[in-house]
Formats: sequence, C-alpha cells, structure tokens
Amino acid sequence: MTEEIIIAGFGGQGVLSMGKILAYSGIMQDQEVSWFPSYGPEMRGGTANVTVILSDERISSPVLNEYDTAIILNQQSLDKFESKIKAGGTLLFDPNGIIKPPTRTDIKVYKIAATQIAAEQGKPRIFNMIVLGAFLQVKPIVKLENVQRGLEKSLPERHHKTIPENMEALDLGKDNVIAVN
Amino acid sequence: MGDLRLMKGNEVIAEAAIRCGCDGYFGYPITPQSEIMETLMARRPWEETGMVVLQAESEGASINMIYGGASSGKKVMTSSSSPGISLMSEGLSYLAGAELPCLIVNVQRGGPGLGTIQPSQSDYFQATKGGGHGDFQLIVLAPASVQEMNDFVDLGFELAFKYRNPAMILADGVIGQTMEKVELSDYKPRWTEQQIEEMHGSWAANGKKANRNQHIVTSLELVSERQEKFNQKLQAKYRKMEEEEVRYEMIQCDDAEYVIVAFGLSARISQKSVDILREKGIKVGLLRPITLFPFPTKIISELANRGVKGFLSVEMNAGQMVQDVRLAVNGKTKVEYFGRMGGMITNPGEVADVVESKLIGK
Repeated sequence: MTEEIIIAGFGGQGVLSMGKILAYSGIMQDQEVSWFPSYGPEMRGGTANVTVILSDERISSPVLNEYDTAIILNQQSLDKFESKIKAGGTLLFDPNGIIKPPTRTDIKVYKIAATQIAAEQGKPRIFNMIVLGAFLQVKPIVKLENVQRGLEKSLPERHHKTIPENMEALDLGKDNVIAVN
Repeated sequence: MGDLRLMKGNEVIAEAAIRCGCDGYFGYPITPQSEIMETLMARRPWEETGMVVLQAESEGASINMIYGGASSGKKVMTSSSSPGISLMSEGLSYLAGAELPCLIVNVQRGGPGLGTIQPSQSDYFQATKGGGHGDFQLIVLAPASVQEMNDFVDLGFELAFKYRNPAMILADGVIGQTMEKVELSDYKPRWTEQQIEEMHGSWAANGKKANRNQHIVTSLELVSERQEKFNQKLQAKYRKMEEEEVRYEMIQCDDAEYVIVAFGLSARISQKSVDILREKGIKVGLLRPITLFPFPTKIISELANRGVKGFLSVEMNAGQMVQDVRLAVNGKTKVEYFGRMGGMITNPGEVADVVESKLIGK
C-alpha cells in the first residue's frame, strides 16, 4: 500500500501538524513515511501545504506531481491541486469559503464542514483533527489507535491532556463527512 | 540499534553532531537550514557532552572559528546555505591549505546572489571544484534522505580526519525540511585530550610538549619550490581519495539501456521516474553519486563501455554535474541534461518524459 497525499490550506489552519500526526500514525503501524512542507513565504502568511506519503515500501520521491488524495482547505489550494489528483483518486474539502466547487467527475469528492463544526463546538483548535477524522472515514489507511499512539509520541507530555479532545474531534469528522458525487 | 524517530533533515544534522562526539558548532542562521542551530540550542549539548554551540557574528567569523578549533585537533563543524557558503569560501581555501579536518554543511537554495530560499543544487561547481582560490578539493557527500543526513555527519568527520581535509555535506532545502523516519546513531564520547594527542599529535596545535617543537598551522609558503611540493602532496591526497573513497548507489542498472545520473533530491525524484519507465517496458536505471568529490567516474565509464545507449544527468541547476558525466563517458555515447532552476523542483513524470524525448527520441 502506498498513499500519496497533499494537504493544502491557509497557514495557521494546522495543515502541517495534521500531516505530522498522519505521518506519526504511519510510523506507529511500521510504515515508511515522508512529510515535505512548503516552507518560506508560506510560513510568513499565505497558503501552506504538505506532501505526506505513507507506504509499505521504501519511498522514492518525497516530492510529487500527482496525488491519490488531496485534502483542500481553501479556494486557492482547490484551484491549484484539483487537476493534480490521479483519476479514481479522492478529494476531500471544507466548503467554507469555496465559491468555485470542484468539477471533476473521474475522482471521488467528499466534503467536511470542519470550520463550521469547530465553530459550533466553540473549539476552533480542533478544526484540523475534524478534517483528519473525515479523511480516515473515507480512507482508513491508519487505525485510530495508531493515531492516538502517534499523538502520544508527537506531542510534548504537557499537551497530552488534549489527546481525548483530539480523539473526539476525529469522531466528529467521521460522522459528518458527506459524499458529493 | 539506534533510536527510531520522525525528524527533519536539518534537525538530524544537529542530533548526529551531538551523538558523534562533535566538539563545537559555529554558525550563522540562514533559511533553509536554520533548524540546525535552533535544534542545537534547544538540545543544550554543552550540558550533556560539553560540545560548544556558538552563534557567530557572521559566516566569515564561523568559518574562522572552525579554523581555530580544527587547528587544535577538535571535531568542529558549521552549516549554512548557498549565499552563506560563498561568504565562507576564503576560509574553506585556508582550511584546505592548512590541511585542517572539519565538516561544513550546505543546505542549498537557489542563486545567484541572495536568489531564492527554495531548494536547489546549483552549488555543485562551487562544492566540487574547490569553492575558493587555489588548487584544492573538498570531500563532498550528497545525502538523498534524512537517514543519510544522520549517517554522513559521522562519515564526513571520519573522512575529514583520515585525509586532513575539509569535508562538505551538500544537501538541499528539501532534504533539510523533509521529515522521514530516521535511526539515530548511538552516542560516541568526545575525544579526550590524550586521544587527540595520540591521533593528531603530529600536527595539531594542542599545546607544545617538552619533546617536540611547536606546531604551526598555516597555509602560507613563500618559497615556490616548497609550495609546489605541497601542491603535489595535496594532489596525491586527492588521487588517493579518487582511488579509495568513491561511493555511489546503483538502482536497476544491471540490464539498463539508459541511465539517469542524479544526486540528492534529484535522485529520489528520478528513482520514481525509473519505476514509471520500467512499467512501460523501458530499461532504465539510476546511478546516484553519493560522493560528488571523488566523483564516480570509473563506474560511469564502465556503464558506457558496457553499451548503455544514453545518460541523462538530472540536476536542480543549469547543468553542472553533466560536465563530469560527459568526461566519464568520454564521447562513447549520448549524454543529455535535464533540470529546473530557481527553486523549482522537477517531478517524476517530467523526468520520465525527458528520458523518452531526449534519450530515446520518441
């Protein structure tokens, strides 16, 4: 199994950390992983993206031009990456702020209103975990217990108290993801 | 077995330095390698192993602190990115001229000038053809993974001390910023003063002993006859490196009719291009130079003699290593170049297309 994923949105949405949690989860189930962030101007405001690869085999290129899955969190990223999803691949997006929805019919399209749900819960910080939960409902490439173990490994001890909240956010994502086509 | 972690290439350089018994790091921040010093500062190795970590006032100061540390037989290193390495080039020449072992890490970004902060391999010439004035060579290692960022710190020091010559790790912004699984090396203690005396006591300025004259570390020699002798000694050293230290990786080259030559990130990308082309039934292999100096000339020449129909040098620059590939192939067959510049990164599909269009001529 090899899953090649691009996660893209605004800086500050937790794009890079979502990718990191996914990568750690992959390590917890003995997979090869790579996590390559956009760096530079993106860190200083604007769009951010990260390429995450999970594989049972040695990973060749950490940089890709087409993806099995795109997780898209703003319009600019949708414009940039919709065409780069492999035929038969998966697109998951948050409809918040999307004025030109995806048009491709040869991929599976899902949406998760994570911005809205996080706001309703009064917990904007769990936004990215809601999105991750939605992704894992659509493509269960890592087990939830491995996400939990990944969080334990990647978060400093003082933040371990937030793990239950993060795990609940994954469930919110799982329960609210909607197939669009 | 070492420690298994998920880390950035830059962070791993720092961790590997501490674990290999490095005595001192002197540097100045620059994107995309600032995590090296950040990680060192956060790890506070001076409390653990006694390693010194110092932010110098400039790149020029850093490289001259390396000169001082190395003169006393200590394991010292610095790191920077392309424009910063240019600022160090005077120091590199002096280090080579004084035959001082040390490790320099260049996490390349696009140039010339301040250029871009995005990844590049455009310092190949600078790294492999000296990188300063005078006839000298650096030992140049090109990591293609986060694991190799770990492994080459220790290897770089080993080679530097074996040959009393500066060694460089020539990485790029992607290898520095990417996180991968890495098995960290076990801790090695720093050398004691006594060990330094035993191993490097013939040249190091580690305190004059009663039974010998003082050691003078210098690159100055005003008598031309002696300077030429010294030049010949350096050249003999470089020839020995070419005989004994060439390292490379070959992937699917056994039956290959076409060979991609690429180092660092370009090699990782090209490896996927090989898979794409093999699926189409095209017999392509990848030769990845691990040492850029000494360059794997012999094996490339052998592949050309064996009947490889064409070579493609893939680089993130305007075509630099391709010159060394051409010298190795020596006109026996076609050698083409493909690359992107300015911080743009090529991709596996693009490289595969170029193999078909430029080498095979479809």
